Amino acid sequence: MSAALDFLRRRTIFALVLLLAAFILGIEIARPGTVTPLWASNALLFAAPLAIMGAGQTLVMLTGGIDLSVASVATGSAYLLATNAASGDLTALAIALSLGLIVGVVNGLGVAVLRVQPLVMTLGTGLMTGGVMIVYSQEMLASQPHVPAMIQTLGAGKVLGLVPVDLFLWVAVAALMLFGLSRTGFGRLLYAIGDNREACQLAGIRVWRVIFVDYVLCALLAAITGLVLVGGTNAADLSLADSYLLPSVACVIIGGTSIFGGRGGYAGTIVGALILTVLTSLLTLLDVPEPIKQILYGAIILSLAAAYARLTEA
Amino acid sequence: MSALSPASPRRAGGSMARRLRSLGMPLLFAAAMLATVLVHPRFDAYDLQSLALGALPLALAAAAQTIVVISGGIDLSVGSLIAVSNVLAASQMQHASFPQSIGIAALILGLGALMGATNGLLVAVSRIPDVVVTLTTGFIWGGVALLILERPGGGAPQAFLDIAAGTDLSPWLPNALIVMVLAIAAIWLPIRFSRIGLLIYATGSDPVAAFRSGVDTRRARLLAYVFGGIACAAGGIALTMTTGIGAPLAGTYYTLSSVAASVIGGVSLNGGRGGMLGPVIAALLLTLIPTDLIFLGIDPNYGQVIQGTLIVLVVMIGGFAAFMQERK
Repeated sequence: MSAALDFLRRRTIFALVLLLAAFILGIEIARPGTVTPLWASNALLFAAPLAIMGAGQTLVMLTGGIDLSVASVATGSAYLLATNAASGDLTALAIALSLGLIVGVVNGLGVAVLRVQPLVMTLGTGLMTGGVMIVYSQEMLASQPHVPAMIQTLGAGKVLGLVPVDLFLWVAVAALMLFGLSRTGFGRLLYAIGDNREACQLAGIRVWRVIFVDYVLCALLAAITGLVLVGGTNAADLSLADSYLLPSVACVIIGGTSIFGGRGGYAGTIVGALILTVLTSLLTLLDVPEPIKQILYGAIILSLAAAYARLTEA
Repeated sequence: MSALSPASPRRAGGSMARRLRSLGMPLLFAAAMLATVLVHPRFDAYDLQSLALGALPLALAAAAQTIVVISGGIDLSVGSLIAVSNVLAASQMQHASFPQSIGIAALILGLGALMGATNGLLVAVSRIPDVVVTLTTGFIWGGVALLILERPGGGAPQAFLDIAAGTDLSPWLPNALIVMVLAIAAIWLPIRFSRIGLLIYATGSDPVAAFRSGVDTRRARLLAYVFGGIACAAGGIALTMTTGIGAPLAGTYYTLSSVAASVIGGVSLNGGRGGMLGPVIAALLLTLIPTDLIFLGIDPNYGQVIQGTLIVLVVMIGGFAAFMQERK
């Protein structure tokens, strides 16, 4: 038993996959016949936006930061896309992504150059983005927002009726993340800075550049998440991605990336996002009122995070 | 007033910068009031009264956040704790008499301490970072608030609502302002002038040094969350008192705004530094901004943008000052 525990301690990703399997088993036991290829396909469809947002969150958490503006950026990018669709798909896409770029640059400047605590900086820019979007939405009341067909396919489409289109985007993001973090200088620098920023500074690394790029990437990934989400719902409103803030942080934490930086990786976040998606599916099956679901969801996230902290403690 | 002024035990010597810092907020607020009178020459006692009423819950939320931040933590569940207290007060007081309402309010304060203790215990024991703990408990308490009251409703006896309304002493001294000062003094002064305050400041300032000097840092952090929870409950009760109803989703505003008020009020997020006067004045300032925007004929929704910008600017200026100091 202790040998098994020891193994899980060193290879925590197995523990996560086991947990995922247990959840899926739980669903199948609770409602036999639920777990079908179609169910799995839907789970992947819903996990993809969370995992893409989680990719950005992983990047900033590896340096010991956090980005609390991701939900506002995702919502804003989705809303900008829908309200500008009339001026052409590509223009709308460019406008939507440029929101991510702008917020990312502001976050990056604050955190990397002026050394503001990431939490406050991103809280502030999140508030600003949300506020700007509210003002913007009131000026756009007259216009007829719609979601471009291309984005609808991205967010809701399935190839051969089974493989979600956003899975391709997710796989691309995942490949870049996994390769980038383990095989590129930038990736290694993120770990190094998260581990010991002062040492990096003394070693001659221009720490601020790395962190700056890090926050820009995170905000861009959040903007992309917004596009996937609005493609899935086909309706842009100003609370679209609100419910994604907690899961985006939680999937990274559950996936074993330390919020203090330097430890973790994207593989854990992938499993974390899948676990949270399956958990949502499980709670939906339970057929309880929405507030109870919310309470259970939060409680389970807390216990998972606590169990993880305990497992890796020794 | 001097009892409430920001003072950090770590830097006992009064430097110019510190003096400027402690005077900065009152000066900024005075300037904002002056600007208000300029854009709205008919600013009268009634406007002052609605300003104090609007700022009352936020000031308590800011107090809650400030206590936790000084201890070196952060509480992203402030809004939800306020929401739970708000809906609980509104749903229970609806058909209660005035003395019963006071009893209910006292019970809710106790519940606030319990909710804060849950946060504190999770942070101290589970080894999950405080941001994650309070983000998640905030989510959970948000669910609890919805469970208590699904949609805005409830009420409270008129005598209870009248506590903060109107002016009894002087037309320019609204009752809401008196309630604000008394409530915050009741929560803050016992901390500030007891060992608890010392422990909380020491823990926030340098947890390792505090621990080595024999401070039970876990207990200090737990206590900070407990007092934070009490302040949140007071904020929720104040929200019922000033709005007359309970709204399960009203809380979200207070999480971010409480952090904003603390930061703008000069409390360092690194812990250990800051006082209570700054955040409370910042709460008044943040309430004043949307009002001024309406007087100026600007969309009050810009208030949120300004709030976000103010947070970022204040921390950036702080960061810049620290940067310059390092280079000296």
